[in-house]
Amino acid sequence: MKIAVCLKQVPATDSRIKPSGDGHAVDLAGVEWVVNPYDEFALEEALRLKEKHSGEVVVFSIGGDKVEEAMRSALALGADRAVVLKDPAFTHADPLPVAEALAAMAKRESPDLILCGKQGVDHDRMAVPAMLAEKLDWPQATVVVKLEIGADGKSAHAEREVEGGHEELEITLPAVIAAQKGLNEPRYANLKGIMAAKKKPVAVVTAAELGLNPPTSPIQMLEVAQPSQARKNRMITGDPAQQVEELVRILRTEEKIL
Amino acid sequence: MAHLVLTIVEHRDGQIRKSSLEALALGKRLASEGGGTQAALIVGKNISNLAGEVAGHGAALVAIADHDLAAQYSTEVYATAVQRAAEKTGAGLILESATAQGKDLAPRIAARLNAPYLTDIVDAKVENGNLIAVRPEYAGKALLRVSVPVSKVVVTARPNVFPAENPIASTPETASIDVSDVKPRARVVRFVSASKETVDVAEAEIIVSGGRGLKGPENFPLVFELAKALGAGVGASRAVVDAGWIDHDHQVGQTGKTVSPTLYVACGISGAIQHLAGMRTSKCIVAINKDADAPIFKIADYGLAGDLFEILPRLTEAVKKVKGAG
Repeated sequence: MKIAVCLKQVPATDSRIKPSGDGHAVDLAGVEWVVNPYDEFALEEALRLKEKHSGEVVVFSIGGDKVEEAMRSALALGADRAVVLKDPAFTHADPLPVAEALAAMAKRESPDLILCGKQGVDHDRMAVPAMLAEKLDWPQATVVVKLEIGADGKSAHAEREVEGGHEELEITLPAVIAAQKGLNEPRYANLKGIMAAKKKPVAVVTAAELGLNPPTSPIQMLEVAQPSQARKNRMITGDPAQQVEELVRILRTEEKIL
Repeated sequence: MAHLVLTIVEHRDGQIRKSSLEALALGKRLASEGGGTQAALIVGKNISNLAGEVAGHGAALVAIADHDLAAQYSTEVYATAVQRAAEKTGAGLILESATAQGKDLAPRIAARLNAPYLTDIVDAKVENGNLIAVRPEYAGKALLRVSVPVSKVVVTARPNVFPAENPIASTPETASIDVSDVKPRARVVRFVSASKETVDVAEAEIIVSGGRGLKGPENFPLVFELAKALGAGVGASRAVVDAGWIDHDHQVGQTGKTVSPTLYVACGISGAIQHLAGMRTSKCIVAINKDADAPIFKIADYGLAGDLFEILPRLTEAVKKVKGAG
């Protein structure tokens, strides 16, 4: 089976995020760029499915020159090839034009399955997988913690995390699956993989080749602020019994929570 | 008056979910600020009886898609119901709570309508035909205030942020939405409930979280016992989830859940930036940690520097006593 994996680069989760000087954007100068953690689960699942059912794993990405690094690391882990839309206008576009671009890439490749991370840990929108499924008119399963492909290669069984439990779904392929942490334990690259990755193809495509218009956004950015919530910062001292007594008193009579 | 807002109402076991009551209160206010009314949509099987309650929470019109195909949640069936309800009501602002369902459904609807999509908003008003909303990015490390025309936008609102209102008695005006022609290719065949021991952390009003300070998985019951006494959900830091002490369902932080409960009790959590990002909007934060210099104390309202093995059992007993006394 042919599996496509959508992969993006994001600032590492321990990055300090602050507003830019004019307060209209996030200042990302000096952050370390890593593969989006949820996309690592998507890639790992694709590699495991290939090992089990045979086939091909193609990585899709959108970005500038630095995305090459992420492609090489995916190829080193075992992906067969990569397709990159290199267009800075799409790198920070709204999820809708991003989904349209990925849909155009998918139409050229006709995969049986597209795996994505459930969300980018940068914009936290959880939007692209469902939008991609809609643009392809495919079914979707998001926040997936378990995935099995039917013996016929035409259906899938997935479990998705919801409040208070799991939903089990039966899905007709092709479909878009969005991976949640817990789906698998991603592998590490070895030297052989890193060497092999150097010879694997990374195809660069342009928006024009995909028939895409430059992305626009009706969303106007007014301000980027840092959260500031005044905290009481009150240390409760004494021996454990006194600390507990005082805390319970505060939670009852001052905060009125208990 | 025109319908400005269409709010999607979720239900479980025949009850409207609290997060949807919050969305209805928000939708009612936004519609009124924009000089219009709110319409609502309920999708399911045998759910018409909920229409009165939905109307009482501020829906001028209640659209109902009642069909066997909708007996379980289905992205495809629900998306078509929303699309048709939007056409029928003419509402441009489509609103749902940012629950598991909302986060699965809303982007699909936005793509179908080619509408901009705002996820997980924490503040909103309508002004001069625009929705001005605040949404967190980078797990809450940045707050973006944005403006988008109210005539076409899909929005999810973070649960536990916007207050629900008491209903007023009201007779609903209803409209029926047909979804019988949808052929879903993804179907929910089973719902498996997680352990009923504690409240799901995503829905909990109070959360007790454990971290590495617990020293080992064998000590996590200390956290569960306090949570049980408080009627709370159990959270965890990434370190202990990655170490396999507890399931990922419980992880709070940047690669886990973002929560804003009324009370957050952090036990043995030092306060890595990824963890703080997931719980910093909690209304009251209590931190219990051995190290008085731990970063968690900087964002705590009340800090207890000390041995959690001494403090937690005493706190559990004290809470039981207070609750028992009613």
